[in-house]
Amino acid sequence: MKQLYEMLCTQYHVYDFEQRQDRLAFVSIPSEQLVSLLTCLRDIYGFSHLALMTCVDWLEESRFQLTYILRNHDGHRELVIKSFIDREHAVADSIHHLWQHARVYQRELHEMFGLSFPGSPGMTEPMILEGWQGPPPMRRDFDTLRYCEDNYSNRDRTHSEPEAHMKATMYPED
Amino acid sequence: MQSLYPPVKNGKATYDLESQKYLKLWQGPQHPGVTGNMSLELDICGDQVINCNTHVGYLHRGFEKLMERRRYINSFPLVCRICVPEPDTNEYLFAAAMEELLGIDIPERAKWLRTLNLELSRLASYLMWMGGQAGAFGMGTIAQWCLAHRDFVLDLFEEWTGARIYHMYMIPGGVRGELPEGWTGRAEKVISAAEKLLGEIEQVFINNAIFKLRAQGLGIIEPEMIDPYAVVGPNARGSGIKRDLRKDTPYLIYDQLSFDIITENSKDAYGRFLVRWRETQQAIDLIRQIIKDMPTGGAFHLTLPNVLHLKVPKGQTYVKAESTRGEYGYFMVSDGSAFPRKVTVRGPSFSHAMALLEYLAVGVNIADVAGLMVSLHTYPPEIER
Repeated sequence: MKQLYEMLCTQYHVYDFEQRQDRLAFVSIPSEQLVSLLTCLRDIYGFSHLALMTCVDWLEESRFQLTYILRNHDGHRELVIKSFIDREHAVADSIHHLWQHARVYQRELHEMFGLSFPGSPGMTEPMILEGWQGPPPMRRDFDTLRYCEDNYSNRDRTHSEPEAHMKATMYPED
Repeated sequence: MQSLYPPVKNGKATYDLESQKYLKLWQGPQHPGVTGNMSLELDICGDQVINCNTHVGYLHRGFEKLMERRRYINSFPLVCRICVPEPDTNEYLFAAAMEELLGIDIPERAKWLRTLNLELSRLASYLMWMGGQAGAFGMGTIAQWCLAHRDFVLDLFEEWTGARIYHMYMIPGGVRGELPEGWTGRAEKVISAAEKLLGEIEQVFINNAIFKLRAQGLGIIEPEMIDPYAVVGPNARGSGIKRDLRKDTPYLIYDQLSFDIITENSKDAYGRFLVRWRETQQAIDLIRQIIKDMPTGGAFHLTLPNVLHLKVPKGQTYVKAESTRGEYGYFMVSDGSAFPRKVTVRGPSFSHAMALLEYLAVGVNIADVAGLMVSLHTYPPEIER
């Protein structure tokens, strides 16, 4: 994996190499080189399987970590590509042309994190949260409790102890 | 054939529903032919599907968000609920991701018990799937047989772990308990009965002319589609692709067991049934191997500090395992606190039920949509998590 990283270093500004397991490594890349790197890994280095695409919200650093997990089936190696984008301007390049299922991941990230992938088909269609009005719920600054208190109310119910309830309904004269 | 399809204007298909030629039909969210609760928005012409859109969101419980607000150990009752028929893969992967970030190695005995648990849940999940596939093609009797035998497997789980569906058996550092006395004898009885059932399924279902007529040629996944659509597991093996994480990147004690990767070359729903049917036999064989070779005695759990105050070192990892539907993965990010920063679940259904199903459903007879969907073995909670 270290060898692959050194080869990638000659073409791209990859940094932060971290070997996690024998066959799993992490690298980071500036967002403007991301699609080019993914295309190169898919077509030249045989990382043809996109296992997962997800996002981590680093609220303190005010940035999103876009994460792509690729697998090379011949060597059974996995490479996790991390790319950071600004939290205030959450726009990333779409990879729907590289993998067919990537558009579904992008649609989910748009809904859950409010990321935008210009050009991704059907990105703005609601996927899981149909009719959702609030802010993107998977962001770290989304307060679940506060949102519920503001938007939903507790049902008006009278609570009664079983003993008192029995007495009141069945033996009121006692 | 082409005249069935609506005219395309500005790159978009335009339907004239008033023409009485097209029909919009919703299959689901409550429908016996749909796995779990999701719905297919089908555009029909005659009895042929000309467009399919899948809609999910009926089972969204926000697991990933809930996990961010819970301590690691408190997430265990959550993760197993992501997949009802096979919850153990989730438990194993969550525990394995934690162990990797903590840098601990579990005892040998725990590895064998975990593998036994995973294979037994594989048997239960495949039995349920075979019942579902038979039911989707109108043979409810086989569904009843399969579910009855799955119930016997659940009885074994109940005796072993105390719960029937959500076992919460694998915990960080090992497993929660030992096998009860005499359990292996009772397990042998149950899996022998399941083995006999598989023979009966072959006679009445695999050799059934109607099933062959309907399933052969249905939902063909070409080998070229495997990588662009991220097809994994039995769906890929049904197209002749030799990939199985248990063999490719062995975890637990799979490198000490003897088994082969099962493939079929017919690429259709019939081939996928054969793959899963043979893998059920393989699971039975593996359970027998594990029971025979398992070392007796020894610790089954590592002594850990109080898990309620456990802080996991900063780091990120991705762990994966072969479930009955293919590659199941957990991406876990820890920021050094007692709460996970982010846990993302990679369910195989995410690619199978959305992009792949939408592609395969076009041109299929409306009566076969249920059979096609079940043959991909999808579970919506993995998409919505």
